[in-house]
Amino acid sequence: MKQSVLELQKRVQDALGNRMVSAKVALDELTVELKPSAAIEALTIVRDQLGFELLVDLCGVDYLSYGQANWETMRAPNTGFSRGVFDFAEDEQSDEAVMMPRRFAVVYHLLSIKHNLRLRVKVYPESTQMPIVDSVIPVWNSANWFEREAFDLYGILFKGHPDLRRILTDYGFVGHPLRKDFPLTGHVEMRYDAEKGRVVYEPVSIENRVNVPRVIRQDASAEA
Amino acid sequence: MPEIRNYTLNFGPQHPSAHGVLRLVLELDGETIVRADPHIGLLHRGTEKLAEFKPYNQSIGYMDRLDYVSMMANEHAYVMAIEKMLGLEVPERAQYIRVMFDEITRILNHLMWLGAHALDIGAMTVFLYAFREREDLMDCYEAVSGARMHATYYRPGGVYRDLPDTMAKYSESKWHSGKKLDKLNETREGSLLDFIEAFTERFPGYVDEYETLLTDNRIWKQRTVDIGIVSPERALQLGFTGPMLRGSGIAWDLRKKQPYEVYDRMDFDIPVGKTGDTYDRYLVRVAEMRESNKIIKQCVKWLKANPGPVMSDNHKVCPPSREDAKSNMEALIHHFKLFTEGYTVPAGEVYSAVEHPKGEFGIYMVSDGANKPFRLKVRAPGFPHLAALEEMTKGHMIADVVSIIGTQDIVFGEIDR
Repeated sequence: MKQSVLELQKRVQDALGNRMVSAKVALDELTVELKPSAAIEALTIVRDQLGFELLVDLCGVDYLSYGQANWETMRAPNTGFSRGVFDFAEDEQSDEAVMMPRRFAVVYHLLSIKHNLRLRVKVYPESTQMPIVDSVIPVWNSANWFEREAFDLYGILFKGHPDLRRILTDYGFVGHPLRKDFPLTGHVEMRYDAEKGRVVYEPVSIENRVNVPRVIRQDASAEA
Repeated sequence: MPEIRNYTLNFGPQHPSAHGVLRLVLELDGETIVRADPHIGLLHRGTEKLAEFKPYNQSIGYMDRLDYVSMMANEHAYVMAIEKMLGLEVPERAQYIRVMFDEITRILNHLMWLGAHALDIGAMTVFLYAFREREDLMDCYEAVSGARMHATYYRPGGVYRDLPDTMAKYSESKWHSGKKLDKLNETREGSLLDFIEAFTERFPGYVDEYETLLTDNRIWKQRTVDIGIVSPERALQLGFTGPMLRGSGIAWDLRKKQPYEVYDRMDFDIPVGKTGDTYDRYLVRVAEMRESNKIIKQCVKWLKANPGPVMSDNHKVCPPSREDAKSNMEALIHHFKLFTEGYTVPAGEVYSAVEHPKGEFGIYMVSDGANKPFRLKVRAPGFPHLAALEEMTKGHMIADVVSIIGTQDIVFGEIDR
């Protein structure tokens, strides 16, 4: 497997030239990062010249709070159980979300049936406020629903998409639930109101809590 | 002259042939479909978001609930992703057990599909037959994991425990007694492997029974032949995988092309369709059941001859045995750390895919070095299949929509996630 991936890396570099930012191999998988402005052109080349005829998957990733632990493991904690508690309210108010450059990524997983190879392509939209990338529906028709999903869950916009509606969340849903600054409990809860005779939405009554804190170990055991 | 308008019809979400909670807005010109707009998400539970808030091992159970008719195949992709990131070796016996249960799962899924598909089109008997065999296979699930469906049996580093030496038996009751009871317990006297072996002996005969009911059945053919034709080029464009792709004549199967676990040692064939219609996909899936049966036989033979460990002995990831945890200090620490904090996975990203009964089931995982995944994306095979529903149904009659939903083998647990 390894050899074929290295060969592919070379071929991708030759074919894409300065349309790409980097091509890295990790865990026997090749990840190519493309410039957002040249993405659609590069992906067409990837399909036509490199033979990746199948778009397996397309998804968004939100890199906000990447590599941040809830709990510093180096210092000894001085409080009881609450040391594991993460203050969600404080976290949501931080301005980091707005300031972070290249917070979102769109990840394409491609498969070549002809050559039996896989390729991962990443595009980082430039703006955090309004992340926008070109739609790849003209290249792979299967992108349609995947792009709707990425829009729904992350708020990433796809230029040229014919029908960019929400897909997984409720009709009339507000927000993009897989963003890192969207709380796990959500903002509203729903119940049937017998008096009004309809379903009503109310602010959530449950609290966000952490049972197992997020821990990042720097010591040797992490290598195991 | 009266104004002629297209008729818009709401199909589901509470409809017996909607396979769960599909809401389909159909625009009809007479009885012909002009537009089909599936509304999904009625079963959206936010599995991906939930997984970001839990240590790795605690999300295995969520995987069962994605495609809830092929439970262990989902787990497989997930644990493989973790193993790939940790560089964890899986003992050979565990690999054989996984392959065997993947194939049992495939038969379970295809039986469910066959029964429901036939029921949608109007053949009730097949459903009853299919559930008779599903019962036996779910007993296998129960024997290894204690649960008939949501097993959580695969763990990073192997499987939860070795195959049991005894099989649960039917006991005397109002409904079963005397000779009837003995007949039910006939194959349950030995170990689980004996039971599975006996199943593989009788299963091809059962498949013959289904085929007798359907394959040459005139009504079945009228309802499926030339319905929902997908050309190989379109199938690739639309992101089809699994039987949907093979039905269109492309011999692509991850078990052969990118073998994982011990599939490279198995002897089996990939059935491929010709015309890419509903009937071909039916033939492909029925043939796949026979191939799965062959693989299970080979696994049983190997497993009977080769005892050994079923879990990796890396106790940073896999819990030590109960006995050790009670006598050995280090084992106790490992146990405590694993069940309170979990294990951390080195930063990076990985995509692992298995040949799920419905197609390619993939897990894309991003880790930032923490004990919880930073991002988990479930690539469900049914998602692009259902997205192609409009293209497949356009121009067909309204009754064919049911055949096409059936042939896509839709399960909303995985599509809505």
